[in-house]
Amino acid sequence: MCITSSRQLKQVRKEFLDGDARFEKKVMICCGTGCLANGAQEIVDEFDSILRKKRIKGFTIEAVRSTGCHGFCEQGPLVIIEPRGTFYTKVKVKDVADIIEKSIRSDEVIDKHLYTDPATKQKIERYPDVAFFSHQQRIALRNLGKIAPHNIKDYIANGGYQSLAKVLTTMTPDDVITEVSKSGLRGRGGGGFSAGRKWRSCADVESDTHYVICNGDEGDPGAFMDRSIMEGDPHSVLEGLAIAAYAVGAKEGFVYVRDEYPLAVVHMQKAIEDCRKEGLLGENIFETNFCFDVHIARGAGAFVCGESSALMKSVAGEVGEPRAKYVRSVVKGLHDQPTVLNNVETFANIPIIFEKGADWYAGIGTKKSTGTKVFSLVGKVRNTGLIEVPMGITLRQIIFDIGGGIIDDRPFKAVQTGGPSGGCLPESKLDLPVDFDSLTENGSMMGSGGMIVMDDRTCMVDVAKYFTDFLVKESCGKCVPCREGLYQLHKLLVKISEGRGEESDIDRMEQLSEVIVNASLCGLGQSGPNPLLSTLKYFRDEYTAHIRDKRCPAGVCRELITYNITDECTGCMACISACAYHAITGQKKKVHVIDQEKCTKCGACVAACRFNTIDVR
Amino acid sequence: MVTLTINGKLVRAREGEMLLDAIRREGIEIPATCQHEAVEPYGACRLCTVEITKADWGGWKNHVTSCLYPVQEGLIVSTHSEDVIRIRKTILDLFLARCPNAELIQNMAAEYGITRTSYEEVPDGNDCILCGLCTRVCDKMGFQAISTVGRGHGKEVAPPLGEAPPDCVGCLACAQICPTNYIKFTDDGTTRTIWGREFELVKCETTGQPTITKEFAAYLVKHRNIPEDYFTRCDSAHREELAKTMGRITHWGRQEEA
Ligand SMILES: Cc1cc2nc3c(=O)[nH]c(=O)nc-3n(C[C@H](O)[C@H](O)[C@H](O)COP(=O)(O)O)c2cc1C
Ligand code: SF4
Ligand code: SF4
Ligand code: FES
Repeated sequence: MCITSSRQLKQVRKEFLDGDARFEKKVMICCGTGCLANGAQEIVDEFDSILRKKRIKGFTIEAVRSTGCHGFCEQGPLVIIEPRGTFYTKVKVKDVADIIEKSIRSDEVIDKHLYTDPATKQKIERYPDVAFFSHQQRIALRNLGKIAPHNIKDYIANGGYQSLAKVLTTMTPDDVITEVSKSGLRGRGGGGFSAGRKWRSCADVESDTHYVICNGDEGDPGAFMDRSIMEGDPHSVLEGLAIAAYAVGAKEGFVYVRDEYPLAVVHMQKAIEDCRKEGLLGENIFETNFCFDVHIARGAGAFVCGESSALMKSVAGEVGEPRAKYVRSVVKGLHDQPTVLNNVETFANIPIIFEKGADWYAGIGTKKSTGTKVFSLVGKVRNTGLIEVPMGITLRQIIFDIGGGIIDDRPFKAVQTGGPSGGCLPESKLDLPVDFDSLTENGSMMGSGGMIVMDDRTCMVDVAKYFTDFLVKESCGKCVPCREGLYQLHKLLVKISEGRGEESDIDRMEQLSEVIVNASLCGLGQSGPNPLLSTLKYFRDEYTAHIRDKRCPAGVCRELITYNITDECTGCMACISACAYHAITGQKKKVHVIDQEKCTKCGACVAACRFNTIDVR
Repeated sequence: MVTLTINGKLVRAREGEMLLDAIRREGIEIPATCQHEAVEPYGACRLCTVEITKADWGGWKNHVTSCLYPVQEGLIVSTHSEDVIRIRKTILDLFLARCPNAELIQNMAAEYGITRTSYEEVPDGNDCILCGLCTRVCDKMGFQAISTVGRGHGKEVAPPLGEAPPDCVGCLACAQICPTNYIKFTDDGTTRTIWGREFELVKCETTGQPTITKEFAAYLVKHRNIPEDYFTRCDSAHREELAKTMGRITHWGRQEEA
């Protein structure tokens, strides 16, 4: 069948919803990569095998949906029972029979599967009441966890492809670009460049061929929003891409997916094939003159391949090395043709802008950073996962309201935003509104939305060293300031963390950073010194402590710490057997002693001591 | 033609020309190691960085690599501003830490008053400055026998899989273009070795003088429409011509394809 009009979309929607009306209840099982790793597929299979044997009124296996990621992966596998929204966490295969019996056949809530709020210790039944979800505003992630990503009809039933129909049949390309500009949407891949302006510059270039590309490289370790969207709602990306193609006059588009994302590739590919079958990709879409097709390009998994010019080279089959952008890719991009490249999340926002209007979108967030942003919240917070919040929300709200605060109520120390070349912000910046400009002004950046929370046991020199090392390895190695400069920065950081630092090293690092920022070819080098510069800006004392006092205040840098047993030692001898280096001596009920010569600072004794009497400093 | 200012002097340049060419025509010397007329500009060493501004930029300045920045009307260029010199010195200093024995770098650094690196020397440093000239010239010849492998600080120039490159024809273009003589080869008049491969040389039927390798000759005959007996005639002038610019050969190929 071919869908050729908005009316037919409505028909598909009606049929799907009528089908769903047969069911008194529906079960949503999260089948994102995180939950799958914890056995979600086995849970789906178990539902299937039980329902084959047992008939239940108003419920069949068709009412069991494998959905995309809910974002709360650490609590997975997640099972949600609609319409109440009963939220079961950490479900196991053996629980399924019980869930069917109690919560589907009757309306009983099984307490032991419910989520316990870490702050109030209360059990919470419905997922919209869980703090992790209740403070979010889901726009780009609107369908994640709600629809079955491999079923195009489910997407259409949720309003999908209506925006494309509207755009193609009632708007000119120029109208489309004006609408996107009016929404204020800025690119979600890092730079925050206005999407409307980018589309306009590309559309203005005269050429027979234009391209649109979706950037799903997501090289930022720890970030998984793009993966989740491609896995959990691939059609919203395709619809956004098609609208962009219409706006700039492209007939061909690419989705660049990193090779480590096999499920995203499968779901994207299925979505493309379904669209071709339904006539939503191909010739004369919605009986207009618009023809458009999409291909998947698989990335080699290098961080730098997410950079626009490297990505385009990689799509063209060349080595993924950035080139100088004195001629921009909207003018000369893929195969030297005018090209629009946007991030996955950017495209996922497009359909809803046309569904609800640019003014609606522009009303969310702040004036200069409209809409929402997806973050992957990780580190020392109680609730970790994927969250979507309106721009302008404060770091404090994210970390304490959604994240539930710091694990074990330890003191907050810093939050690292923006991925490996982002920066660290201290406690004094907790009330900073999160938007493109304020993060940059304060020495960090939005990046793709990584957010790592750190507690008082984190050493900021160590953090800078860790990220700089990542960048040394991930630099493409083409240009000297980045390749050699970051390498030397890392060497200086190692020197300081090992207690060999000199007072002049800080100046040297600052001067070298300035050259790396100014002289590097691409964004990786230009932002590469960020981890160092931001920690120097807010935690300079910690650098001085390492250099002047040869001390690591957080107790992390091995060369600068010693382990000592305090007088509170009960003499239980637990640490003696835990130490593989035989560095601890002592008798029962007498205070034990660590031989500093033998101690390798491995930390095994601290883990073994039940009385917290081993002092590290 | 466009008019721009270089170090305070009004200069005219051809549209589409790169800044570096205009700067050099003025007799101004700036270091540039990854640029070569035989291949497209690349922008890797960043030594050719200059400062640019325009009258209407409100005092805003930018640093660009002159080897691939096209000249523009009204551009105001400084090739030796304080910031530019700092950038160049730092790059040379960094280069010296990796390639302390490369004469080219030693000489350039000396011009900027640096004789020893102020950084920690890279433990496994060598003379390759990763300018990419060799791989680019090899690509341009149409062989793509060698490439850069790896990324980050461990990047290096190598044949695929580190083995003797099957697509190499022993033309020596890479070794001749290499500014630090890092690429080693031997040639005893009968055989030539490079990248771990051995090539037999074609000899002149009359004088017995070696010309080029058999593989290279076969390639040129096949792909560049060169008469089969061309390489069995020795003619010092024509040999010199060949050695001088390999780029020309590519040029013939282009015309043929066009
Ligand atoms: C080193 C580096 C890595 C990048 N990685 C990504 C990435 O993984 N995903 C992405 O969307 N953008 C990435 N970007 C940004 C892209 O270059 C580009 O700006 C972006 O994809 C444009 O889309 P947007 O305007 O929708 O953000 C990266 C940039 C740099 C410099
Ligand atoms: S800045 Fe780094 S990643 Fe970018 S081109 Fe230079 S070496 Fe490659
Ligand atoms: S081998 Fe020579 S030509 Fe090739 S990259 Fe190294 S220095 Fe440049
Ligand atoms: S000569 Fe311009 S960057 Fe190397």
